[in-house]
Amino acid sequence: MKKSLSLGVVLLLVAGILLGGCGSDPKNTITVYNWGDYIDKSILNSFEKEYGIKVIYEEFATNEDMYIKIKAGGSSYDVAIPSDYMIKRMINEDMLHKIDFTNVPNYKYIDERFKNLGFDPNNEYSVPYMWGTVGILYNKTMVDEPVDSWKILWDEKYAGQILMLDSQRDSIGITLKMLGYSLNTKNINELEEAKIKLMEQKPLVLAYVGDEVKDKMIGGEAALAVVWSGDAVFMKRENPDLEYVIPKEGSNIWYDSIVIPKTSKNKEAAEKFINYLCDPEIAYINADYIGYSTPHTEAVKRLPEEITGDKTLYPGPDDLANSEVFEDLADFLPEYARIWTEVLAK
Amino acid sequence: MKRNWLAYPYVIWALIFVLLPLFLVLVYSVIVTTDQGIQFTLNHFKRVFEPLYLTVLWRSIKLAFISTVICLILGYPVAMILANSGLSKRNFLVALFVIPMWMNFLARTYAWMTLLEKNGLINAILEFLNLPAINILYTDKAVVLGMVYNFLPFMVLPIYSVLSKTDKSLIEAAEDLGATPFITFIKVTFPLSLPGVLSGITMVFMPAVTTFVISRLLGGGQFTLIGNLIEKQFLTTGDWGFGSALSMVLMVIILLSMGIMSRYEKENEGGGLW
Repeated sequence: MKKSLSLGVVLLLVAGILLGGCGSDPKNTITVYNWGDYIDKSILNSFEKEYGIKVIYEEFATNEDMYIKIKAGGSSYDVAIPSDYMIKRMINEDMLHKIDFTNVPNYKYIDERFKNLGFDPNNEYSVPYMWGTVGILYNKTMVDEPVDSWKILWDEKYAGQILMLDSQRDSIGITLKMLGYSLNTKNINELEEAKIKLMEQKPLVLAYVGDEVKDKMIGGEAALAVVWSGDAVFMKRENPDLEYVIPKEGSNIWYDSIVIPKTSKNKEAAEKFINYLCDPEIAYINADYIGYSTPHTEAVKRLPEEITGDKTLYPGPDDLANSEVFEDLADFLPEYARIWTEVLAK
Repeated sequence: MKRNWLAYPYVIWALIFVLLPLFLVLVYSVIVTTDQGIQFTLNHFKRVFEPLYLTVLWRSIKLAFISTVICLILGYPVAMILANSGLSKRNFLVALFVIPMWMNFLARTYAWMTLLEKNGLINAILEFLNLPAINILYTDKAVVLGMVYNFLPFMVLPIYSVLSKTDKSLIEAAEDLGATPFITFIKVTFPLSLPGVLSGITMVFMPAVTTFVISRLLGGGQFTLIGNLIEKQFLTTGDWGFGSALSMVLMVIILLSMGIMSRYEKENEGGGLW
């Protein structure tokens, strides 16, 4: 009896230590939750020095991971950087604070075309951080015809040389675009048509991949791949035979924006941090490090011409004519999940 | 009484990290959240038995079965060689088998991905020897190869441990009575080693039927196995109910096969691992 009592005491002590670890002063600390490798970390240090606010920095791999962690509670994130459709979902579920823009004067540097987007129509909850597109990356030594349509991914000539993304929204989305539909469709017939197309394509596909796509395309393992523009820039730099296009049928434009989750205990400090990220010099340092497209007008001006002139990163309005932003599908999402599961299970 | 006390940490561990999660999986598999609150449902299980998902289940069992058979065919002779070799040599050979297992399983599977690539090491060597290149990465062959490679030691070691404990005088008796080596093997050695074989089969089949990493990396997402399906429900689609129902069905299959195996082992007074 005595022994089990002492064991209980030990367990309580352990629990106490574990819980007590989180008890630093919340007034002078903010917790930032961001994608992996998606900030120049020297910015965190310079912010700490300038404002005397300590930054705890954590990373996530997918929007869904982030959503589940914040939704589950127990953690007090002050700043997070999710993508468009996820922001919409979080607004709908009342998970975000409205940002007090008087505390974020540097917001004025954000390009007007990136304000008031569909997921946050009155721009109350989010500040754009980075943006980009989805397109086809191809190897010029293996493909000698002009690439301008998603249809090339269904060309039997390239059987076994096509890499698709293992991501339901993206893969179904580009198929819908090829068929001339919206990539946010809630029409079940259009989705079924896309499913048949994807099943037809399956024998031609070498693999459905995630991050491995970078190694494979740089190594010349495949001729064509569906990739995100930010990754495309990296791959083109490593292998000059690669080229990126946004097909004429249109594609997905995505935005990652900064938000303040309701879990925040220090909204004012969070706003200071957001304002700091929008400072022209800081935004430039960050965009230069990450290599994605920045919506910050001053940062774009400071970046070298060879980057801002690259259509992969900074496509003109014509290139994006038919492109759309992902919307939160809410109750319809399980239909996309079911179709993608069926395609992969076949 | 005193020794029981030592088991407490494990009992607490098992309660928190084994029983509680299992219970949660069971709960998730039979509930659905609606506007009226949480309700009991069997729809998740109904969905598991749709033809599409049965195909996936069948594919997992088929690939795991093929891998198990190959492991047995490859592993049994190795176990015999190990058991019959001299003591010093034997330890060396066993070490050779075990050392690769010290490396992380994921790292070894990634290595196969690079080896099997179109411009990978294996094809470079084949090309150098003027032999035709092989392109098996992202096919079911690569998945089976990955399973056999990773799980072969689990087949060899239990068979070896049973064979090395076999009473040699029984084999000598068979030989004295005029049995040929082949008959000795069929009538004496193999039946005596059955408990080891059964342990080996269980230990290869179970990880093979539940794997999602090997099929993901070497199958390129083309060969969705039951493990991949479960992983997807939790990590990307967020359909925990369906994922839990799939897990429960898989667990029942595993428990059933373990039950059959252990009954057989008891009849044979086995010397296997369980």
